Amino acid sequence: MSQSEKTIQESPKTLSVIGSRKQKKTVEKIAQILFTVCALMAVLAVLSITIYMIMKGSPALFKVGLKEILFGTVWKPAAADPSYGILYIILTSIVGTALAILIGVPIGLLTAVFLAEVAPKKLSVLVKPAVELLAGIPSVIYGLLGILLLNPVMYRLEKWVFRGSTTHQFTGGSNLLSAVLVLAIMILPTVINISESALRAVPSQLKASSLALGATRIQTIFKVLIPAAKSGILSAIVLGVGRAIGEAMAITLVSGSSVNLPLPFNSVRFLTTAIVAEMGYSGAGTVHREVLFTIGLVLFAFIMIINLILTKIIQSEEKED
Amino acid sequence: MTSIYRTKKRFSDMALYVLIYLSAAISVLLLVGILIYVFIKGVGSISWEFLTTVTSVLNGTVGILGNIVNTLYIIVLTILIATPIGVGSAIYLNEYAKPGKLVRVIEFTTETLAGIPSIIFGLFGMVFFGNTCKLGYSILTGCLTLSLMILPLITRNTQEALKTVPESYRSGALGIGATKWYMIRTILLPSAMPGIITGVILAIGRIVGESAALLFTAGSSPLLPRMGVLHKIKEPGGTLTIQLYLSMQKAEYQVAFGIALVLLVIVLIINLLTKTLARRFDVTARK
Repeated sequence: MSQSEKTIQESPKTLSVIGSRKQKKTVEKIAQILFTVCALMAVLAVLSITIYMIMKGSPALFKVGLKEILFGTVWKPAAADPSYGILYIILTSIVGTALAILIGVPIGLLTAVFLAEVAPKKLSVLVKPAVELLAGIPSVIYGLLGILLLNPVMYRLEKWVFRGSTTHQFTGGSNLLSAVLVLAIMILPTVINISESALRAVPSQLKASSLALGATRIQTIFKVLIPAAKSGILSAIVLGVGRAIGEAMAITLVSGSSVNLPLPFNSVRFLTTAIVAEMGYSGAGTVHREVLFTIGLVLFAFIMIINLILTKIIQSEEKED
Repeated sequence: MTSIYRTKKRFSDMALYVLIYLSAAISVLLLVGILIYVFIKGVGSISWEFLTTVTSVLNGTVGILGNIVNTLYIIVLTILIATPIGVGSAIYLNEYAKPGKLVRVIEFTTETLAGIPSIIFGLFGMVFFGNTCKLGYSILTGCLTLSLMILPLITRNTQEALKTVPESYRSGALGIGATKWYMIRTILLPSAMPGIITGVILAIGRIVGESAALLFTAGSSPLLPRMGVLHKIKEPGGTLTIQLYLSMQKAEYQVAFGIALVLLVIVLIINLLTKTLARRFDVTARK
């Protein structure tokens, strides 16, 4: 019950159109302030996350040295003479994400084309919910399946590729390739959903005129619709990159556990999996833990760059309209 | 000879059609494969004991009740914290704010927040809520961390819902003398309720599946609350996903698949719920 109605009941003398104006005004003011504070929470959250990541991630850069950390290739945080080079970890994240995009985006884009243009109604009501459900599956489940289904296959492949090799360190299937496949599957829903809405947003006159000029459906899709939807598809790819580079739990156990050059059959560590795997046994206050936060900071920097690119794409899209 | 009625089949067209159908088939087969595999592997470990006891060497039981309770705690508390803030933020952006720098900043940060990976939220939650606010590894730390994570989801869904409320409702209410707050409370929020609820359900789905942000914030204890219902929020508690990860790490795949099956059932239910809700309240589709 609002304050104003109560006052009306209690004191009939103030029954006037301007009677409780003052009180109403305060309620209005308070409501507005509360909503503004709520809206500012997002700003506050991003600001404090940025400040904390920099605060926690930079000390190690000074203690160990920027060059030693970012360009060092030896990761031995627990050794007597510790070394904290994370170059291979950074490279793994970049290479892994790039490969996942290379596999996931074509499949995702073609599925989006299927949903938006090609599919008969009967089939699209089957595919669409499947994609939505794929997006909802918790990442640990992808990890579990990766270990039990992908890794054995990869191990067989590895044994076949490196048969007779004496220098290769066998990984039992926990390698970059397994992780890349898991990531490619995980970015599918993102790529499909956003590309599909981009394709659907293309004005129908474009499609109609292309078909009227005698182009086949496929020619229309690939020469007219996709170019017209390119900024939307680009956002889909960038979001996919963000999702792949930030994924942690699905690939922690699938990718192996040693820091190596990102070659397909090497056991590798990503930026995310390095944090998950070692946070538990790095002692509080040690340089080891500080370096883990530096890894977090590097990841955060990547994500912020991706966000900026995304905003630029969306802005240019709005300008075109 | 050449007739306009005889269409020439182009090879490249056919090849691309095959690729398009193949891609769509991959997505469906992946899902069906995952569902069937998890069901077959997991159904054997599901039993009354598995769902209603806590894993204990002493009693010789293997169960996930503690993890289920922890998951419920985290869902309820996180939704309670994040929903008012998210809805309030959407109301500000839609009803109060005038286009300008502040709105651009708020919208940019909301987007950014949605793009930050959960592992970063986990690190932030650990040092900010855990260390600086001295909450340690506890359910409350986990909830506060997750609240930040799902804030954009709720804000965006509420905003979408508010946008579908016709302008005439607003001017009608204001025209007959309602104050803005009264109008928001009695007209806007009820009309936007389906959208808000959809946002909340989506957020629950996100919370149920979350693991990286909880590992360093809410901890991993699988125990039931022992010192009262409210005291539990200050204790560590591992959710279903965390227990799944830990079991996986210890190569206890029986338990892992049991939990995976429970999680998939929850995800399925949430998916169906949002679908029915969306269909029921989708005003634009009926037009």
